[in-house]
Amino acid sequence: MAAVVEGSNSTPSAPRGRGRAFLQSEQAQGLALISPTLLYALILLVVPVGVVIAYSFWTQDYLSIDRTFTLEQYSTALGEPIYRDLLLRSLWVSLLVSICTVVLAYPIAYYISFHGGRHKSLWLFLITIPFWTSYLLRVMSWKVILGYNGVLNSGLIGLGIIDEPSTALLYNTSAVVITLTHAWAAFAILPIFVSLEKVDRTLIEAARDLGDGPVRSFLRVTLPLSLPGVISALLIVMIPTVGDYVTPKLVGGKDGVMIASAIETQFKRGGNWPLGSALSVVTMTVVTMMALAVVFIIRQAGRRVR
Amino acid sequence: MPESASRPEAKPEARPMIEIRSVTRSYGPFKALDDANLTIREGEFFSLLGPSGCGKTTLLRMIAGFDNPTTGSIHIDGQAMDGIPANRRPTNMVFQSYAIFPHLNVEQNVAYGLKRQKLGASEEKRLVEEALGQVSLSGLGKRGATELSGGQRQRVALARALVMRPKVLLLDEPLSALDKKLREQMQVELRRLQQAVGITFILVTHDQYEALALSDRIAVMFGGKIAQVSSPKEIYQRPVNRQVADFVGGMNFMKGEVVEVNGSAITLDTAGFGRVRTDKPAGFAANGHATLGIRPERLRVLWDDAKASHEVAGKVVERHYFGEITQLVVEVPGFEKPLSVTETNNFGADDLPVGAQIRLAYDPDALVAMAD
Amino acid sequence: MKRLLSHWLPAYAFLYIVFLYLPVMFLPIFSVNASHVPKFPLTGFTWKWYEELPRTPALLDAAWNSLMVGVTAAILSTILGICAARAITRYRFRGRTAASGLIMAPLVLPEIILAVSLLIVMLSLGLKLSLFTVVLGHVLICIPYSVTVLNAGFEGFDRSLEEASADLGETSFGTFRRVTLPMVAPAIISSLLVSFTISLDEFIMAFFLAGTDATLPVYIWGQLRFAAKLPSVLALGTLLLVGSFILLTIAEMLRRRAERRVHGVATHA
Repeated sequence: MAAVVEGSNSTPSAPRGRGRAFLQSEQAQGLALISPTLLYALILLVVPVGVVIAYSFWTQDYLSIDRTFTLEQYSTALGEPIYRDLLLRSLWVSLLVSICTVVLAYPIAYYISFHGGRHKSLWLFLITIPFWTSYLLRVMSWKVILGYNGVLNSGLIGLGIIDEPSTALLYNTSAVVITLTHAWAAFAILPIFVSLEKVDRTLIEAARDLGDGPVRSFLRVTLPLSLPGVISALLIVMIPTVGDYVTPKLVGGKDGVMIASAIETQFKRGGNWPLGSALSVVTMTVVTMMALAVVFIIRQAGRRVR
Repeated sequence: MPESASRPEAKPEARPMIEIRSVTRSYGPFKALDDANLTIREGEFFSLLGPSGCGKTTLLRMIAGFDNPTTGSIHIDGQAMDGIPANRRPTNMVFQSYAIFPHLNVEQNVAYGLKRQKLGASEEKRLVEEALGQVSLSGLGKRGATELSGGQRQRVALARALVMRPKVLLLDEPLSALDKKLREQMQVELRRLQQAVGITFILVTHDQYEALALSDRIAVMFGGKIAQVSSPKEIYQRPVNRQVADFVGGMNFMKGEVVEVNGSAITLDTAGFGRVRTDKPAGFAANGHATLGIRPERLRVLWDDAKASHEVAGKVVERHYFGEITQLVVEVPGFEKPLSVTETNNFGADDLPVGAQIRLAYDPDALVAMAD
Repeated sequence: MKRLLSHWLPAYAFLYIVFLYLPVMFLPIFSVNASHVPKFPLTGFTWKWYEELPRTPALLDAAWNSLMVGVTAAILSTILGICAARAITRYRFRGRTAASGLIMAPLVLPEIILAVSLLIVMLSLGLKLSLFTVVLGHVLICIPYSVTVLNAGFEGFDRSLEEASADLGETSFGTFRRVTLPMVAPAIISSLLVSFTISLDEFIMAFFLAGTDATLPVYIWGQLRFAAKLPSVLALGTLLLVGSFILLTIAEMLRRRAERRVHGVATHA
């Protein structure tokens, strides 16, 4: 019978130093590798945002900054009707745009995921291409379309539907919503598509097998399971659009001005940095709260459908 | 059981190729490998056998140089491997995923390691051709890596490692991704290849039949410890403990009271087989208990009036048909648990009705004592 | 429902694509229209707006600036993206989720807030606004895209490929050169192209951080005030559009090739 253990007459080598073991660990190597990128994000994102928050508690007297803590800027940002209106309009627009994009995008994401067949990635590419092209140019093309002498007006006149150019098309909130919805369309499709792809197809078959019709199985299985994608699509559109600058400037006119214009004014031409900072912080905070509320409502609604 | 009489046992006097000396590998408090000691000889086909998580892959990867022992040392061909990286070790590996470079064709994959040796184009080509021939892939050199079947990918991985003429070839579950038929075919080829090239092979597997069929010796591992190192026959017939016995095949277990330990013999009292005197399991620490076992195929159904010197009688309570064999579960008065019996279907075991009264013959030599 | 799916969904998808592309298509159409005003009916075909472009020194300067900024930002964000993507896909370490969350954050923050916060810091530090500050801002917003593209290329990269290379005698550097790089090269090029395109088209950061040196979008923004300049802006926009489209198509083809390389084999196993 062979011995259970062989060659027991050995000398164990000295344990390696802790330091070396740590340097060889995944923890250390991973951190070391990610640190340049992380540092960049810390220095150019976290620090600047921190500085903005700090400024929002200060005051400015012409060119000098008074660093005593005060909530004065916040009371202006939240109290002055002009800023409050701008903020509310921005929130309204971003909410509307995010809902429109998601509602419009869901069927497409569904179509690509369930009926895209072998051409799924081609479809996705086709849909994302316009998104990658210049945002400024896309907004500009809407101005060309909706303008007084624009494509839509001249087209409608040419077709004899209207007699003279309509001024209702451009320079209002709806023009902003339409343009932003177009601009963010592709961004909403991707997360929804990804979450639909993750839905195990046999679950849908199981629902059908258990007696659900196509509509019910969609409502009870596919839709709830794709909610994470819907939620991230909403957020990914809602948060950036609240601070959009280009669209309101180009197609919004007087009625479509949003908070970004106010922020820009405070930072560009000898404005008021602390006030601009407070406006930025308020915008971020409020839009985050709105986003959380929307997520909460959707989750609750999702729980109802069982 | 596969038992090849023709297999030349690695000569005991063959020099040690790999020595594992008190090797421990810990991840925090968890010990993936706990004080392992092992000597693998030159030209041996050695298997590390155990369930997943037993430390067999950790050990293989430390031999290859992809991982380092926390304490202890590994010697290859008499040379300590401490601090020597994988690319400077005389070992080559066949990976579980095969790790065929997808951007290179078959030839380029096989020549990958040769490129560094600057052999010259014609010599390199000759070696690649030879290696491809060894794994029956001649003529597929220009095939892209992504156009290969599972079996072909396995062969490319083999050729790529063998062409390096390593002192030790390491195989990490190389057959687990293949289907049953192909796996059996590759087992035969692997054994033939090892005999042809004479290189030391170390195979990691969780498939006991693969290990039994291929190896000169096997180390069975559980929970980071080496439980037993023996020839396949020993492992199967004389497992040192219940865990090993259970892992390498079916076994009827029963409790035994140790009556006497005398040199290499042990005497046990059991409920069913009464007082049994048999070989003492290796490394057995004398305490009051031991387990007695008998493999199901070592119990034989006695037909009609046939007599045997040792027999028990009982009632068939279950019957499972497996084609060439039938498994019977037989309740025998006096035994703690029913006995499992496998019988070839030559004499009609597949027709025995449940409830039938039968007699079973056994050879006392087949009774094996082991640690609990 | 069945009927709805089989008939209406494809129709809807088609309309959606039209909705996505049609507005953008008006740029090239009116860029070759003889009239100063972009309206129907079209008045005749002309290349004259394009011919004006190379005769505008400010535009050429802006184009050169954009090129410089784009190339620098693309290289920097790809290098930083490689570090992050490699760390995220290869190592498991504490803080991985938090770190990647932070790196990806610029993707979901209003750009104007990123821009003004950078502006404050640059000016507080006494840095003069220049193309350099634009590059810093562009790298920040390009990194998330680079990381996404590179993650896809690195993910599923079987670690045993690198081990196999080491096992066959290759050094770390040799392994990087002979295995890692060829496998991820398409993803890297794709990341370069995507970040270049983003930088080329980016307006807000450049608008706030450029100082006196305009990039192309900033130049276009300035021109939009003059109705007479609109046709040549349309021509310029068309050129940008076509350029972006070509770069992105190449990036997409490379990305797919990278995916096939990395994943094509894994499907067999």
